[in-house]
Amino acid sequence: MSSGAIRQSGASEAEAILARVRQAEPRSTARRLFDAIGPFVAITAVLLGWEITVRSDAVIDFLLPSIGVVTSRIFEDVITGRFFENLVLTVYRALIGFSLSAMVGITIGILISQVRLVRWFFDPVVSLFLPMPKVALIPIFILWFDLFDVSKVMMVMVSTMFTVIIATWSGTRSVERELLWSARSLGASERAVLVQVILPGALPQIITGLQITLPVSMIVTLVTEMAMGGGGLGDALLQAARYADSPGVFAGVLEIAATGFCIIRVMDISRRRLLRWHQETQKRG
Amino acid sequence: MNAVALSRPVPLLIIAAAWEAATRGGLISPYALPPFSDVVASFLTMAADDLWFHALRSLTRGGAGLGLAIAIGVTSGVLMAWYRPFRTLVNPIIRFFYPLPKSALIPITIMWLGLGDMSKIVLIFIGCMLPIVVSSYNATRGVEEVLIWSARGLGANNREVLWEVVIPAALPEILNGIRTSLALAFILLVSSELILSRDGLGYLIGFLGEGGDYAGMFAGVATIAALGFTCDRLYVALTNRLLAWRTAA
Repeated sequence: MSSGAIRQSGASEAEAILARVRQAEPRSTARRLFDAIGPFVAITAVLLGWEITVRSDAVIDFLLPSIGVVTSRIFEDVITGRFFENLVLTVYRALIGFSLSAMVGITIGILISQVRLVRWFFDPVVSLFLPMPKVALIPIFILWFDLFDVSKVMMVMVSTMFTVIIATWSGTRSVERELLWSARSLGASERAVLVQVILPGALPQIITGLQITLPVSMIVTLVTEMAMGGGGLGDALLQAARYADSPGVFAGVLEIAATGFCIIRVMDISRRRLLRWHQETQKRG
Repeated sequence: MNAVALSRPVPLLIIAAAWEAATRGGLISPYALPPFSDVVASFLTMAADDLWFHALRSLTRGGAGLGLAIAIGVTSGVLMAWYRPFRTLVNPIIRFFYPLPKSALIPITIMWLGLGDMSKIVLIFIGCMLPIVVSSYNATRGVEEVLIWSARGLGANNREVLWEVVIPAALPEILNGIRTSLALAFILLVSSELILSRDGLGYLIGFLGEGGDYAGMFAGVATIAALGFTCDRLYVALTNRLLAWRTAA
């Protein structure tokens, strides 16, 4: 056992003791009360600040429409179905691009980890493209794929693919060698090692990569919709801004925020499902 | 070892050669993909002209927004982990804004601050601050309590514990969060310039693309890519310097 491992196990023992101490420690009611109402206080303060700013005429209504106007606008968007029309377009583009990038990215990542020639070729390519701001490709993609869904989906795919490749690659490298040796010495074929040991071992990091790229897919979809038009939440938002329709802009931002929130929640839940066997999930109980 | 290092850029050269051959040979129309050599020539003419002006505009905006985000983001992240009441009040606001795709704020910043520098700086500031706050918060909170107890046991006061134990221990993760934000700053910068602006590299590529100067557009995109790559590399070098004390231990 290396000294690092010993330190690790010492630390986890300390953590276990700590958890027990924390449970035993009684927390004062005042503190618990503050913890319970604190979040609501903060949100209310923000909303109040918003409404007071509007009412006091410190800024004109164009810059900050009142909460009532914005909520009734959101309500209107939902009732007329405009919100859902745009939502479906945006989520559809984001998810298709995201899935393509996951498929291509994981495949290339695995190939990089297994085949030397592929690694030789892709290593410099990936390290050049990973830090590149891919939104700069929008004009090129407009030229190649026109203004419609294909170019938006391609933008999402290219923007997120390199992160998935890197996550997959480093995930496969993090698989413990002892596991590979044991599997091989028990007579597993290379294919079986790949499918039954390397892939599951790399899965937590691959999912982390996907968790990063899913919100990025949304960001890129919105930007492409703003730049190319063609419907969707981003296009609706930019149209509202162009026509100086400020309640529309604020309603649009809140609608997009709610969508982003839901998408991230779904991703969290599916992570816990997919990694049910992993210690990470079990620790949380 | 040396041969391996030398062969590293070879795949990129292969791609460039294939690009040149395919366009010169007529396999791909020059209107879809201008030959590589034309792009290089375009880059050189633009470099002698206004390319650096636009690049400088973009970098100033990005630097100002990101600098503000780092200063305020790291401070509030550490404070959130260090003072419980501060966390209770700030956390819900962060949790609300965190999942918002930041590009949705482009129209609002334009409405509030117009087409100039301020709207881009504020956009980058808001967009980059949240990941920095979250990573600094997680990093500070994740510092092993054993370290803090040891320092306390040796007689360090609260301030000394924070500055000499907690912040150095949290630094690697904080710096990692800033790297994510660096990439995000470029994305927000280019997209806001591309969508509505009067100068900057994002504006330049959109303008050249609409005007049909595709070689110029490719050269602009390559410049942005090169800048993104260089900034990331410089940042990694800086990080390694700042964390040099860690590897020695």
